[in-house]
Amino acid sequence: MIAPNRAAKLPDDQRIVITGLGLTSPNGNDWGTFRNALLEKQSGVQPYEIRYFGKTLAGICDFEQTRYQSRKDLRRGTRAGSVGVYCANEAIKRSGLDWDNVDKSRVGIYVGVTEHGNVETENEIHVIKGFDYDTSCWSHHHNPRTVANNPAGEVALNLGVTGPHYTIGAACAAGNAGIIQGAQMLRLQECDLAIAGGTSESVHTFGIFASFNSQNALATHENPTLASRPFDIGRNGIVVAEGGCLYTLERLSDAKLRGAEIIGELVGYAINTDATDFVLPNPERQAQCIHMALDRAGLTPDEIDIVSTHATGTTSGDSQECIALRDVFGNSQNTRINNTKSYIGHAMGAAGSLELAGNLPSFRDKVVHPTINVDEVDPDCDLRGLVVNEPQESKRVDYILNNSFGMLGINSVVIISRFQ
Amino acid sequence: MTPAEIRDEILDILEDISPDEDLDSLDDEKAFRDQLELDSMDFLDIVMELRKRHRVQIPEEDYGNLASMHSTVTYLEPKMKDIVKS
Repeated sequence: MIAPNRAAKLPDDQRIVITGLGLTSPNGNDWGTFRNALLEKQSGVQPYEIRYFGKTLAGICDFEQTRYQSRKDLRRGTRAGSVGVYCANEAIKRSGLDWDNVDKSRVGIYVGVTEHGNVETENEIHVIKGFDYDTSCWSHHHNPRTVANNPAGEVALNLGVTGPHYTIGAACAAGNAGIIQGAQMLRLQECDLAIAGGTSESVHTFGIFASFNSQNALATHENPTLASRPFDIGRNGIVVAEGGCLYTLERLSDAKLRGAEIIGELVGYAINTDATDFVLPNPERQAQCIHMALDRAGLTPDEIDIVSTHATGTTSGDSQECIALRDVFGNSQNTRINNTKSYIGHAMGAAGSLELAGNLPSFRDKVVHPTINVDEVDPDCDLRGLVVNEPQESKRVDYILNNSFGMLGINSVVIISRFQ
Repeated sequence: MTPAEIRDEILDILEDISPDEDLDSLDDEKAFRDQLELDSMDFLDIVMELRKRHRVQIPEEDYGNLASMHSTVTYLEPKMKDIVKS
């Protein structure tokens, strides 16, 4: 018997369910492979080299780009667009929707991004450098590639979707923010199907590596697979990753009508703002955000079975999140806490939606994947319920709470329920 | 460059901007648009590539000369005759 939540009392046309998902991650290009990699403790971090910055580490995706796009579309578009096209098509396939007969004017595309346009702008500057900065050699493709809606717009072009499409710029809280936006639009009847989540192409901009490095927040390790180590005493920063995860979200009434398999239900969410610093997180506001999501869901902390943390492997960021988690879950007896960035690095705009996807199979197999690469837990991060290095079986997995936080103090939380 | 070399160069550019097309059966007398899926952005790619590769400038009023392979080579011949193919 699942603990009651507030969303379950809503009419079916206000209840939002996940009916499909498609993803690409540095350690898997489909949901099953990704999940297995997490249970088998397979890292996706590898050596990487990018112009100007040089050698570093990154989480790189190797999905089949031409599965859903022509080579011409790939040339014209962006990596973020390509990630989104792949994830959206995979999600639709997984959802079992009769896509040919879906009213495309009633589909909305809501893609969370940390940033967009840096990759393409750096590319053009590199090109014109070869022509003594002659701007007449600057590509006419630059504007359509760098408009902020590009990662969602390429999905719309590929799928023939004529409903709304846009990106949600929410730093590294964007994956959750995309899901929340999709749910809100469904509740407002603005669309009948939302393709929502987050994507990232950030490994293709040297600037993100250089900036984290200048901030002393870029991870280094002689063994790439051990570099991303949230909560470990020896952690030294972020491993930048690319990736994407988009969900098909539907109103429960529509999902039931077509007999869809329901992966989970969005029963609570919240977004708030620190308003205290450009980069340093504020645990008090993070805790408030988690409490808000719990209150909306009508759940107590102890009723959350898995907390999927945001922790990125920075010294201060992980400690700050742990203050918030201790505040909310310090007395929880049943809550287990894990982290997925330890496997794949920080997939930026995709992080929230990807990390959630890594945990959703726990509704069925009741196994909680661990945070890996922890040789010694930092005392500041020694949380009750932290699942370290080995998967744990749980008697019950009914509720998963997913944290995703970002620069400029944006915090996002979603709570997904097992559907019964 | 000779007209044949200019044609090869245009083919090379088309292979780059339209990699899914079969260019072996291209009819030089027929308009590109009647044989290939090219839009205005693709034609701008041809202009851009000629600028980048050979510093050949094509003013907008001359874009109509790029309609077919034959008209393109004819138009480019005086502009590219002194360029040595690398």
